[in-house]
Amino acid sequence: MTATTTARGEALITLRHGAGGRAMRQLIGETLAAGYLQSPVEGIGLAAMDDGAALRVGDRWLVVTTDSHVVHPIFFPGGDIGRLAVAGTVNDLAMMGATAPLGLTCAVVIEEGFRRSDLERLQRSMQETCREAGVTILTGDTKVMGRGELDGIVINTTGVALTDAVVPDAGLRPGDRLLVTGSIGDHGMALMVKRHGLAIEAELRSDVAPINGMIAAALAARPGAVTAMKDPTRGGVASALHEMAEKSGVGIVIHEPDVPVSQTVRAAAEMLGLDPFQIANEGKALLGVRPDAADAVLAALRGHPLGASAAIVGECIPDHVGRVILDTGLGRRLLVEVEGEPLPRIC
Amino acid sequence: MPEVLLAAGASELRFRDPAKARALSAALGRVTAEIGRAPVSVMHVCGSHEQSIAKFGLRAVLPRDLNVIMGPGCPVCVTDVPEVDEAIVLAQDGVRIATYGDMLKVPGTVGSLADAQAAGAKVDVVYSAAQAVELARDTTEAVVFFASGFETTAVATAAVVLADPPANFSVLSAHKYIPPVMEIVAEMPGTKVEGFLAAGHAATITGSAIFERFVERHKIPVVVAGFEPLDILSGLVKLVELVRDKTPRVENMFPRCVTPEGNRNAQAHLWRVFRTVGGNWRGIAHVPNGNLRLRDEFAGVDARKKYRIDVRRLWTRAPSALTQTCICGTIMAGIASPHDCPLFGKACLPDAPVGACMVSSEGTCKIWYQYGGHPNL
Repeated sequence: MTATTTARGEALITLRHGAGGRAMRQLIGETLAAGYLQSPVEGIGLAAMDDGAALRVGDRWLVVTTDSHVVHPIFFPGGDIGRLAVAGTVNDLAMMGATAPLGLTCAVVIEEGFRRSDLERLQRSMQETCREAGVTILTGDTKVMGRGELDGIVINTTGVALTDAVVPDAGLRPGDRLLVTGSIGDHGMALMVKRHGLAIEAELRSDVAPINGMIAAALAARPGAVTAMKDPTRGGVASALHEMAEKSGVGIVIHEPDVPVSQTVRAAAEMLGLDPFQIANEGKALLGVRPDAADAVLAALRGHPLGASAAIVGECIPDHVGRVILDTGLGRRLLVEVEGEPLPRIC
Repeated sequence: MPEVLLAAGASELRFRDPAKARALSAALGRVTAEIGRAPVSVMHVCGSHEQSIAKFGLRAVLPRDLNVIMGPGCPVCVTDVPEVDEAIVLAQDGVRIATYGDMLKVPGTVGSLADAQAAGAKVDVVYSAAQAVELARDTTEAVVFFASGFETTAVATAAVVLADPPANFSVLSAHKYIPPVMEIVAEMPGTKVEGFLAAGHAATITGSAIFERFVERHKIPVVVAGFEPLDILSGLVKLVELVRDKTPRVENMFPRCVTPEGNRNAQAHLWRVFRTVGGNWRGIAHVPNGNLRLRDEFAGVDARKKYRIDVRRLWTRAPSALTQTCICGTIMAGIASPHDCPLFGKACLPDAPVGACMVSSEGTCKIWYQYGGHPNL
């Protein structure tokens, strides 16, 4: 949206670089991650660009992940930035197979003039979310910056956990089934409606929640059967599936009629010209599962309150590597990644 | 709102039925084959039709010998460069511009409204003409609604103009009128178009009878179709039947919304506020009567009368060399497809569009980019 270079041709960072798509992965690879990609890590390091890192510690794995949370507005239907900060990091750990976090750190940067009552409200929300996830905050850091130097509040959380087996996001094999743990698009759509002041009165609520308990149940259903996991946050299911397909070297076929989308999200997306596949989620996961175990893992997901509408939505194929094909029930097309913030259409 | 949601749910069951879609595409294959030559070419003139065709993956089930061409059906894409320049100049002069999201990235002579916004101009994205008026009511600043869209959207603009808007509100109209451009396409030398699929929502306003004279003159059938997958498939079956039988006439395949005479009340509003004038459609041609401009009696709400807009000052910098390579015009005329363009998906991307077709969700290039075109799946 904004200029990408200065008048003198110097490259600038744009919002596109933060939207979770290809542009962001490219920027990270070329700048922030450069120099660490070959670091001698036994396990999963920066080069994998996974949800977190995994280091071998004795016969177990130590999983570490970090995430800075910025969201506008900070209170939204179904959650707030505090709940997001806890759930986001707990979920990133869970996506690596580490569903029992040892603890979180929490660093908060606050803008001068931020209401104390809002901070207290966020603290209560974080505490409540920690309780749901079975995790605690071990240490933290607090800074206050001058008015206008940031927008309200930024919360960073880091999570650590031990696990016996790491699940990467690159482990898909042809034949694997793809499962989604529930309806898609709820978080991003709730935020978009609130942010743009769209007069949609229907109940649109973010799905933000810690899903480590549900993932633990899915992993226990058939040990070793879950071949890959990813949480479809920024960029939505479309981005997450692409990343999984590219890294795993497979193609993916998704059967659209099987993908759970709430009636409200579907209607709002149609009205605004948006695609639920490209909208963020904060309490969902995509799982690649060996075909013979798909039903067992699905049953385990559905047995959990957060996974009641989980579904088998597709499978991996050996050709069309790196591509995601959407079977609409009426025809077929490619599912593509978005670049930048989705903007509602005109007519 | 709840009623709308229920309606959306109901329409989905009725007009997205996979079994019926399979039956219709089989019928379409049969009728196309009966014509006995290939390819048979028909054109739709609505970005929403292309949206649906792409979104539901219908091109994968269309007969190989049927060429469904995308016409100049995106109002944002055909907004001409000088019209964008007018909005940019106003924005640079400190006027608050309210416009639809798609209009932000449409390239003008040098840069877009989004670039003007990045440089400090006030540009607000609105979802309706009414929202632009609300914006004006909430401020003392001058607000100009940069209005784009075909006759459907123009009716909404007309409604706010007639509803006594505040004195700080005015309209910069880039509205376009579809029927004249169909004439242009039909008369284009080398045109392959044997039938038109007309846009259901525009016909809701204008009525289906508006196409009678066109059919009489050009002996090309016109079928009015809706936007659900079954609407489009059944519209195409009817259109190809008319081509096969060499019986050019108007058929209304969207009778649940469209009547022959249309919405008289909306038409009255439209023509009370607007008149047609000739003008350029970006990449297409000069289209006689193709632009909708405010009538003189609404001069007080007409930004072109209210402000002195001198776009020449933007012309001190040359447009980028890339724009010379852009083939949006030939794509919108149905002669080329996005894959024929050397810029498509490389130098021209939704976030850095060279041509307007890559900007709008109604634009052919954007739709192909978003839904992957039609590779062999």
